[in-house]
Amino acid sequence: MDRSEILSKITELMRDVFDEDDLVVTDETEAEDVADWDSANHVRLIVAIEEVFKIQFTTDEITAPENTGQLVDLVASKLKG
Amino acid sequence: MHDLPWLLSAPDDYSARCRAIAKCEGEVGPELQRLATLRLSSPQALSFRRALGKAQESGRDLSPLAPLKLAIVSNATMDFVADHFPAAAARHGVALDMVEAEFDVVMQEALDPGSMINTSGADVVLIAVDHRWLGLTSLGVADAAPQVEGAIARLFEAARMFKSHGAVPILPLIVTPPQPLFGSFDRRVAGSLASKISAFNQAVLDFAQAEGAYVFDVAAIASSVGITEWFNPVAWNAQKQPFSAAFNPIYADRLGALLGAIRGKARKCLVLDLDNTLWGGAIGDEGLSGIVLGQGSALGEAFVNVQLTAKALKERGVILAVSSKNNDDVARSAFREHTEMLLKENDIAVFQANWTDKASNLEAIAATLNIGVDALVLLDDNPAERAHTRSALPMAAVPELPSDPAYYPQILLAAGYFEAVSFGADDLIRADSYVENAQRAEVMAKSRDLGDYLTSLQMVLTCGPFDASNRARVTQLTNKSNQFNLLTRRVTEAEVEQMEADPAVITLQARLTDRFGDMGLISVISCAVDGADATVTDWLMSCRVLGRKVEEAIYDTLMITLAKRGVQKLHAAYLPTKKNNMVSEHFDRLGMTRIDETAEGAHHYEASVTDYVSPVFPMTIENAL
Repeated sequence: MDRSEILSKITELMRDVFDEDDLVVTDETEAEDVADWDSANHVRLIVAIEEVFKIQFTTDEITAPENTGQLVDLVASKLKG
Repeated sequence: MHDLPWLLSAPDDYSARCRAIAKCEGEVGPELQRLATLRLSSPQALSFRRALGKAQESGRDLSPLAPLKLAIVSNATMDFVADHFPAAAARHGVALDMVEAEFDVVMQEALDPGSMINTSGADVVLIAVDHRWLGLTSLGVADAAPQVEGAIARLFEAARMFKSHGAVPILPLIVTPPQPLFGSFDRRVAGSLASKISAFNQAVLDFAQAEGAYVFDVAAIASSVGITEWFNPVAWNAQKQPFSAAFNPIYADRLGALLGAIRGKARKCLVLDLDNTLWGGAIGDEGLSGIVLGQGSALGEAFVNVQLTAKALKERGVILAVSSKNNDDVARSAFREHTEMLLKENDIAVFQANWTDKASNLEAIAATLNIGVDALVLLDDNPAERAHTRSALPMAAVPELPSDPAYYPQILLAAGYFEAVSFGADDLIRADSYVENAQRAEVMAKSRDLGDYLTSLQMVLTCGPFDASNRARVTQLTNKSNQFNLLTRRVTEAEVEQMEADPAVITLQARLTDRFGDMGLISVISCAVDGADATVTDWLMSCRVLGRKVEEAIYDTLMITLAKRGVQKLHAAYLPTKKNNMVSEHFDRLGMTRIDETAEGAHHYEASVTDYVSPVFPMTIENAL
């Protein structure tokens, strides 16, 4: 799965989790940009990503990404194994 | 089992469908239950939770879902698993309203009469605590008794306080973390973690019995999926999630089943299909001695276990019924005469073996037993029957099944249809009393209008001549088919080969696929052509594809082929045998004219090929003839 596919999948999950149908997500999108991106919904997003991509984040990885682009890179690196 | 394999997976536009509930004008209860009865990802479960919440806020009637208010207190973060609760509860017949306490304030909520939970008017309160809250974490072996007593005292104090404010407590049986200090010797040391938790769980069971509380067996859920996987230190340390998020759906579903049972929504009756569900093979074709059942073959043992499971359910009060596409006397002969049958005729309250569609039969079963269709569970190996029943009767439960019957028992039990919150002497005799009272239901005369359903199957019928590639299967079918066989002519493979080569013989074999899969070669027909006349010499079909307009579509293909060959008139006959009574009027149904009947019961027919007009069929027909 390439970067753009991962981003579009994560965008879908964000729309569902943050309950915002037409949310536009770029690599630069971060928690401050989205109304409902609070700490609880952040966990929901992480859980959904683990579920959909069938990966498990380590303790370090959960808090590391500062924006969506870094999250996509993290997923991409985990998918490569 | 943690991914709920008895449910169909949710469609891609699931979240949009949930949002559409708000705009839906009609009854939303049945639609919510349908949306809940799917395998959901976390975001999908969250979408359902929001949709239900909006429907509740707007004060809409959610029946048949029964309202229930659940309070949740925990030493862990329950928010994420709780996202799954509303869908799980609706799956089991409950419209759930939730009140969630903040993280780790169990005793504060319990002891303060003015607390959020105590003033919420909740019907039940889930006290979702684990070994960490109860102080049962110490690996040391000293002072076992005070530790257990302290844990019990805390939990029971909280339970009594909530109960005094109107919420019946749901108490957990807690999970033992996989941290053996001695190994197998652990349970022989009173102070070991395993022994302390075991003593605690026993005390919870005693408390529930003595003072009235529900028990939620979290320990059983964790063992069923694997305790090592259950505990997830990363999720605990980072977000205080009580267990791995992968098990949120199964935890929620088990809780939903319990809440459904509390509201009296547990199912009451298990409806069993027969062929390839209670035994292997089709009894109508293979005969009594041909079905696969009993010790000595792996498949036979699998079906024995399905019957054992049904029998055990009956003994605890679940009513058993049969719905099968079979002739009544043939189906009953297995129950009466087959030595390996564990289920007997007097175990079955309502026995519906006929050729009417399953949904009509399920309605007849419910009416005979005077229970709702929503109290029924249908166990059926055939995906098309399952899909038809779900679409016609969404309130009935129809578990998805894998192709291997070895898994049927555990799937049927894991789905939690027959969850109980009590068990007494009445339950032991209930199923038998239904058997005594029930009379055989009238088969519903009217069949459903199945047009839409058949179109939705996306059937493709492929017709072609006999040839080397299908010769073996054609021969096998001519020798195996007993019920849907008009002339019952048995032929050898060499004779089939001769028919292929004979210019005066038209051969037709048909294959059927639908969106559930490939049924393979399902019909065999041959005709002898003599100038402008053709006479049917073989006509048979697999009973698996009955009721789908397949026989009409094959007749259509044959007529078109005959017309191309210059045939003007088709002659046909039905020759009765002990087993083919179901097709005695087959050619009448196709629209042929009956010209005479013999004393032996044979019918002769003819039809004009030149005057034949093709109707429209709910399938794609590919004609290679």
